[in-house]
Amino acid sequence: MKSISNKLASLLCHAGIWTGAWLATTAHAVNDLPGGPAVNQMNLHPAVTKIAEEQHWLHWMMMIICTVIFVAVFAVMFYSIWKHRKSAGHKAANFHESVTVEILWTAAPFLIVILMCLPATKVLVASKDTTNADLTVKVTGYQWKWGYDYIKGEGEGLAYISTLDSSQRAMSNAGKPEGDDYLLRVDNPLVVPVGKKVRVITTANDVIHAFSVNSLGIKQDAIPGFVRDTWFRAEKVGTYYGQCQELCGKEHAYMPIQVKVLSVQDYSLWVDGEKKKQSAKADDPAKVWAVDDLTKRGEKVYAANCAACHQASGKGAGAIKALDGSALVLDADKLKQVAVLLNGQNNGAMPAWKQLSDTEIAAVITFTKNNWSNKTGQLVQPAEVLAARK
Amino acid sequence: MSAVLDHHDHTHDHHDHAPSGWRRWVYATNHKDIGTLYLLFSFSMLMIGGILALLIRAELFQPGLQLVNPELFNQFTTMHGLIMVFGAIMPAFVGFANWMIPLQIGAADMAFARMNNFSFWLLIPAGLMLAGSFFMPGGAPAAGWTLYAPLSLQMGPSMDAGIFALHILGASSIMGSINIIVTILNMRAPGMTLMKMPMFAWTWLITAYLLIAVMPVLAGAITMTLTDRHFGTSFFNPAGGGDPVMYQHIFWFFGHPEVYIMILPAFGIISQIVPAFSRKRLFGYSSMVYATSSIAILSFIVWAHHMFTTGMPVTGQLFFMYATMLIAVPTAVKIFNWIATMWRGSMTFETPMLFAVGFIFVFTMGGFTGLILAIAPIDIQLQDTYYVVAHFHYVLVAGSLFALFAGFYYWVPKWTGVMYYEGRGKIHFWWSLISFNVTFFPMHFLGLAGMPRRYADYPMQFADFNALASVGGFFFGFAQVYFFLFVVVPCMRGQGVKASQRPWNDPDGAGAEGLEWEVASPAPFHTFENPPKLDVTATRVIG
Repeated sequence: MKSISNKLASLLCHAGIWTGAWLATTAHAVNDLPGGPAVNQMNLHPAVTKIAEEQHWLHWMMMIICTVIFVAVFAVMFYSIWKHRKSAGHKAANFHESVTVEILWTAAPFLIVILMCLPATKVLVASKDTTNADLTVKVTGYQWKWGYDYIKGEGEGLAYISTLDSSQRAMSNAGKPEGDDYLLRVDNPLVVPVGKKVRVITTANDVIHAFSVNSLGIKQDAIPGFVRDTWFRAEKVGTYYGQCQELCGKEHAYMPIQVKVLSVQDYSLWVDGEKKKQSAKADDPAKVWAVDDLTKRGEKVYAANCAACHQASGKGAGAIKALDGSALVLDADKLKQVAVLLNGQNNGAMPAWKQLSDTEIAAVITFTKNNWSNKTGQLVQPAEVLAARK
Repeated sequence: MSAVLDHHDHTHDHHDHAPSGWRRWVYATNHKDIGTLYLLFSFSMLMIGGILALLIRAELFQPGLQLVNPELFNQFTTMHGLIMVFGAIMPAFVGFANWMIPLQIGAADMAFARMNNFSFWLLIPAGLMLAGSFFMPGGAPAAGWTLYAPLSLQMGPSMDAGIFALHILGASSIMGSINIIVTILNMRAPGMTLMKMPMFAWTWLITAYLLIAVMPVLAGAITMTLTDRHFGTSFFNPAGGGDPVMYQHIFWFFGHPEVYIMILPAFGIISQIVPAFSRKRLFGYSSMVYATSSIAILSFIVWAHHMFTTGMPVTGQLFFMYATMLIAVPTAVKIFNWIATMWRGSMTFETPMLFAVGFIFVFTMGGFTGLILAIAPIDIQLQDTYYVVAHFHYVLVAGSLFALFAGFYYWVPKWTGVMYYEGRGKIHFWWSLISFNVTFFPMHFLGLAGMPRRYADYPMQFADFNALASVGGFFFGFAQVYFFLFVVVPCMRGQGVKASQRPWNDPDGAGAEGLEWEVASPAPFHTFENPPKLDVTATRVIG
């Protein structure tokens, strides 16, 4: 089975290369992305886990059985079309029933689907077994980014957000894409050790997303209000790519997934480095900030989180409200805007941003209150946000 | 259509008291007129949905955003789906049912003629509301045609318009179904027993029951969405303790039978055409009836195969995988029966037969990809990728739409009294078949390579197949414009060779069977006003 499938694959690949060359009119300078899609790829991604390998095997099995049946059935039909046509002078026979034949061709497909189900059952049961994980990571889908929390195992306590590299979104808007990892490059990939069973717990903050990495053979919806899980054990060091697979709003195409599989030693080094960075970076919520520093910090937070909808100009777009000149932003009662950021508004059309730190929320509010035509001079301190959280 | 457009042609028909002018259409109670209205409506929706599809393909021609922003792109995909499913395919089959079922069973008209009128005219405001939602604040709904919560809860006011439109369309479908069921069960001519009924009437009878069973389920799902949006309930809103996955269960409990609602009447049309052009009776008539019923019953227990990635318990996944695989059995029986009908027949290949054979060939490919998707571990790779898009276009376009074309070419001589231009029909067939495959075949590769559906922009490695699909899509679109201008319009105007009463029968009588061929071409405004006396096969009127 394996050798046939390899031959078939290489045959298909040749056909693919030929088609690709023929299509060179729209050629972009692009190469295969290891761990991501290849140029004009025609089959599943190379498997990096046992489960993904089994999925490939199942797919080839199904392809071969279906192709054989398809060819056999339509050989009969086209033979009949050729031989039994009126223009060849064929006279119509008169039969229109045969219980034996009917029973035979009801039983045959029945047996075939049972045969197909048996190996599929084995793989399915294995893929659902999330027990005895070495590392547990919680993946949270946000509109439109991924949050990774290391819950259990080496690296416990690490938590960060992963977003699309901002240059990619700009290239997309300009209609001038470039690079082999176009739309797949992120700022902070999910990092996991090789050869360890990683349990992924998914949930979401706003709407349904789907966490999917093709080479690892996983796809699991991230559903707000619920937790679901899946698992993988990567067998090769490398970087593997995926994309959000459940429609989650306008930036659906712009929240890729990048999983970096490191050797066990490298992973430990990475964890140590991250722990140090995280403790150095942690903001003291009690710190009292000056307007300028806080506005500068807020500008960054705004660019990373808010500009996708509210625009860099603060004017909004369509149903998205403008912040520039907004009554709420200008309101003397600062807590109103704090509440919107913490809890969201309009059924989540404006999502809640409580995953941001107190300092970040304070900074971004201060920024919006003192930017564009908004010149309130108001200042929100992290301590006020912390108090509003309770 | 000309049966109805220029009736000075057949003033010999003394029963023809058709009202004239706009009253004839607005007050229409004649099943033939209402059938014509349905077909025209669905074709205009097909054009609107097609324009949306071409806008999608134009944006996806190259990576990067060239034409539209992602918000608008999501509106296009959503509205393309809703308009094609609820505006084009479903009403088109109802149009066929209106035209053909009374003729096929020897009834004078549909059972409830005024309700028939109402169920058509409900479509107009619903269609306008759907198409007009683009002009509402915030644009059209952009949550995908499945309207998954909680994304649907974030949408602007157009979502309410969409929900209202779906409610109206649902009401129209239910009325249409009741009408069809009552007509078939109560108004058959004496001697037309159920097991002698033409397959098209049979498949529609079963479809109508499916519609009555599931349209209220859809209405329930979208009503709960509506109250979540405006009245503070939390059926699906997780912020209030609601369950977004419950929405999917309810939606697909409607959605999967819905898929069969769109394909069973197509099976019926094909089961009429293949015997006619093979000059041989349908092989295994009763097993066809049983297979259709089995598909309908199974369709209620497979819905969660649309949800393998939501994280169901392993037993749930196994159950839905097995049940789904089981559907392959009755479907295979149907394919085998059609081929056995062709076997040792005496076949000719006029356009209806070309579309029927094309249907069998291409639909089977869609059936096989369905089988592959039903294997849950493979579905984990393919769920929500272009593979799924390829799969359901193979069964909905090459399936339902090709069967509709086949039916159109088969019955249009009876409707209008003229033959379509055979050469143009053949051009339409080959043009559609080739461009369809150029459009949708590469999508299998895109899906296997992991390209997600509903993406406004994509990594560059996917560029070539997308470009190819876009080129094919435009060719396919133009083929349908050609069909309308050069086939449909001449037929409606009565241009072309006059059709005989039995255009699909040889001089020795071999060919099409059924009561619709017992009336003149074009079919008189009123037919079978007195119950006809039928021969023993219930295919001939004997006085």
